[in-house]
Amino acid sequence: MSMNIPPRLFDRALLLARRRRALHGGAETFLLERAAEDLAERLAAVNRRFELAVDLGTPGDALAEALSASGRIGALVTCEPLADLRPAGRLRVVADEEALPFGDGKLDLVVSALALQWVNDLPGTLVQIRRALKADGLLLAALVGGETLVELRECLAAAEAETAGGASPRIAPFAEVRALGALLQRAGFALPVADADRHVVRYATMLDLMRDLRRMGATNALVERSRTPLKRATLARAAALYAERFADRDGRIRATFEVISLSGWAPHQSQQQPLRPGSARTRLADALGVNERSAGEKAGPRGRA
Amino acid sequence: MTDRPPGSVDPKLLEILVCPLTKSTLEYDREKQELISRAAKLAYPIRDGIPIMLPDEARKLDESELKR
Repeated sequence: MSMNIPPRLFDRALLLARRRRALHGGAETFLLERAAEDLAERLAAVNRRFELAVDLGTPGDALAEALSASGRIGALVTCEPLADLRPAGRLRVVADEEALPFGDGKLDLVVSALALQWVNDLPGTLVQIRRALKADGLLLAALVGGETLVELRECLAAAEAETAGGASPRIAPFAEVRALGALLQRAGFALPVADADRHVVRYATMLDLMRDLRRMGATNALVERSRTPLKRATLARAAALYAERFADRDGRIRATFEVISLSGWAPHQSQQQPLRPGSARTRLADALGVNERSAGEKAGPRGRA
Repeated sequence: MTDRPPGSVDPKLLEILVCPLTKSTLEYDREKQELISRAAKLAYPIRDGIPIMLPDEARKLDESELKR
């Protein structure tokens, strides 16, 4: 459909298999619970009711439950790519975040926690969300940001370079908060906001951290990933480097998780609008109490004083 | 969620769903429990009242079905 096809970073089928395995094995959900709580708080700050909301791709029920409890939502449709998980008593659709099945202008609210970081074409997904929203509809999303696992990234790359003579991508590249703000705007959202929240989690060792990542269904799913698993020697070296560089005094290691929150509105006349250039009624110089001095060329249409 | 037979799709969903590939409207085949996208020539299955809007899971429509 689109002429320029975005690069495929993630192996979506593998991601889903990992997510399914994680959910069946009793997932580790601390990050998800925090993100869900945060989104519910942000929604509570919006003084409005949303009749029809979609929860897009959020693994598990944490967000749906937090939102249902808010009393701000009429009906909540859960949309996620795994068909075999069925929370009872909810409106459900199975679909891929990259190809949304919602008609234009149908939804009042789209929420999503910790799902959109795995989308290959995030600009495309954002445009689809914006189109599915009614005018003055809201998107509230949380996704994993670029500062996530900086420590692990550094140690794995260093250890692999030492023991295997080169590093391969082991951790997904996640988006930066500034880029995401711009992306929202490009996708046509009004009043776009992107802000980052960092959580530092402490573990006994690097291997405990990696076990948690597996339980989150968050292990390497890059298309370009190395097909050979990390060698035991490389892992041991990385763990040693991690303990050396990122341990607290008590020997426990620190792992950073960055969660980026996004909000944006489908444009509507009632929203704050930027003024037209040249429409000011007061001089800046007057407001500042100084004399205006010409800076050469004037703004605005030429030929008018 | 009130008086519809168990396993059938909620009318609220039918109102908002379109074909994920072509964004065109869907026809609801109550008997087969499918959502038909003529534009994509696909029939998306509804399982236990849950529309499965994944092209990989959809049934390809043959020419005779498209003519109807």
